[in-house]
Amino acid sequence: MDKLPDSIKKLFVSKDNSDKTLPDNLFVECPGCQEIVYRPKLEQNLGVCPLCSYHFRISVDEWINFITDANSFLPLFEEIVSVDPLNFPGYREKLESLYKKGLNEAIRTGYARLDGIKILMGIMDSEFIMGSMGSVVGERVARLFEQGMNENLPVIIISRSGGARMQEGVVSLFQMAKTSAAAKKFSDSCNLFISILTDPTTGGVSASFSFLGDIIIAEPNALIGFAGQRVIEQTIKQKLPEGFQRAEFLEKKGFVDFVCDRRKLRETLVKILEIHRYRR
Amino acid sequence: MKKEKILKQIDRLKSIAIAEGIDLSSEINKLRAMLELESDDFQKEKQMKEVWEIVQNSRKIERPKPQDFIKNFIEDFIELKGDRRFGNDNAVIGGIGYFDKYPVTVVGIQKGHTLNENIEYNFGSPHPEGYRKALRLSFQAEKFTRPILFFVDTPGAYPGIDSEERGMAEAIAENLYYLSDLKTPIISVITGEGGSGGALALGVSDILIMMQNAILSVISPEGCASILFKDSSKAAEASVSLKLTSFDLLNLGIVDKVIDEGPGLEVNPEIGYKNLSEQILTSLQYFTSLSSRELVEHRNQKIRKIGYYKDTTGYLKKGISNTRNFIYDLFKL
Repeated sequence: MDKLPDSIKKLFVSKDNSDKTLPDNLFVECPGCQEIVYRPKLEQNLGVCPLCSYHFRISVDEWINFITDANSFLPLFEEIVSVDPLNFPGYREKLESLYKKGLNEAIRTGYARLDGIKILMGIMDSEFIMGSMGSVVGERVARLFEQGMNENLPVIIISRSGGARMQEGVVSLFQMAKTSAAAKKFSDSCNLFISILTDPTTGGVSASFSFLGDIIIAEPNALIGFAGQRVIEQTIKQKLPEGFQRAEFLEKKGFVDFVCDRRKLRETLVKILEIHRYRR
Repeated sequence: MKKEKILKQIDRLKSIAIAEGIDLSSEINKLRAMLELESDDFQKEKQMKEVWEIVQNSRKIERPKPQDFIKNFIEDFIELKGDRRFGNDNAVIGGIGYFDKYPVTVVGIQKGHTLNENIEYNFGSPHPEGYRKALRLSFQAEKFTRPILFFVDTPGAYPGIDSEERGMAEAIAENLYYLSDLKTPIISVITGEGGSGGALALGVSDILIMMQNAILSVISPEGCASILFKDSSKAAEASVSLKLTSFDLLNLGIVDKVIDEGPGLEVNPEIGYKNLSEQILTSLQYFTSLSSRELVEHRNQKIRKIGYYKDTTGYLKKGISNTRNFIYDLFKL
């Protein structure tokens, strides 16, 4: 790729797409195998590299397109928006600029259908302050569980988050308790909660509702854990082993039910829903 | 210093204005505005010092630690160890005994007074088995309808390779999950440092009590400063923004009671002990009088309503179709 003229290089993205979802360019360099992939082909393949199966991070809209039945997603709780309870420096401005961009908080919730089966769905958005959980995320997740309880619908949440939202302080911290309590009530109503962990799921989100699924599915190579890798390295003063806190590591240690390729996810979910007698 | 200079100058301008009969009010107003700015900065500085002192006090090695509270409050204490899964975590002490006349289960996160103690207790940072021990003892308490007392003082759950291997996230999540529905009274006291999820795992309770000079935070001020301000030396500044003191949290509706420490627990613990034990006793009397259904209902409602957000339903009904623009407009207001 280095030999290409700059004018063509511009079409490609830089290697560093750590915090971005699927890049907009026509061609994309895969961080997994360093090969150049044609973007429409990547999209066809649900954001998975056709050569090495590297799972790109995809946006909420792409998740909806890839996973649910066409035009079946009906948003819920979008009327709840963030405020700045602590008067935290810079938080208000940050929210304002994100809302201006058209983003609607770090989780989107709503009804959807999978192969005709009605479900409630939550998809976290890492573009919104790293998918962090503040009051709004906590409230939407809690309401999602309550809605599921009232209507006897299964809940599926796709997690991707850096943890609790610092800018809302202890209020965010207690969203962990709130969402966990809601998950408990939902579980007591004998309904199914499938938690899907994607890259990355850490901190206050992994230590609350994300790890409380009846069935927990992880995406290949997703970073999943409680503490951040840098914090661990600083604490123990040594390098972390390869594959540490990755999906396959958690599967081996017995903390997720299985690792599932994104291309097989939809049919797997449908099978699970059918086994639990959710009907079309 | 600057403040006095400005005051002097205002006086001088005033006397000139009177003596010469000219209008200097705009100049004087400018100076007044400057004065206000000065005093605001001054206040900020003062507040920062106060909050930072509380943070440092909460971590003081002389300050009584959860094991001291247990020694002081619990008669016939019998320690119960282990999580029956992996091992026994020394950072967490648990057991049974009497508080006044009440048989109770008590769990505390231990911190040391000396370096050797701290090494033994891992500086008050539990591993997953510590939280699983706490949960095991909580289930036992539920079985025998014994109230539970939690004493919390921790910098946070231990961030290490072994912690992650044994599922720290899962351990904390399970605690939050089951404690929210446990059919026996839970009283939780933050005695010193309440570090994030590691403290919250023993903070789900019917009444959350905080010692006056304790702190409770989503992230350490040092961590917050290094992430947000890219400078960990700005921890004092971050500690103000995080609203981590007992009175801040009382105002935010997170903490239910703040206990007066008198001169400070690290100076003389007697007054703090006395006030806390009175509060625990009244709480025990009240919560043991409730039925288990009322109890769980009360706890769930208490947790459920924590959160600050704006519900814009009313506006949406008025026929504003474009949520996106609308939310933006709302913020401009």
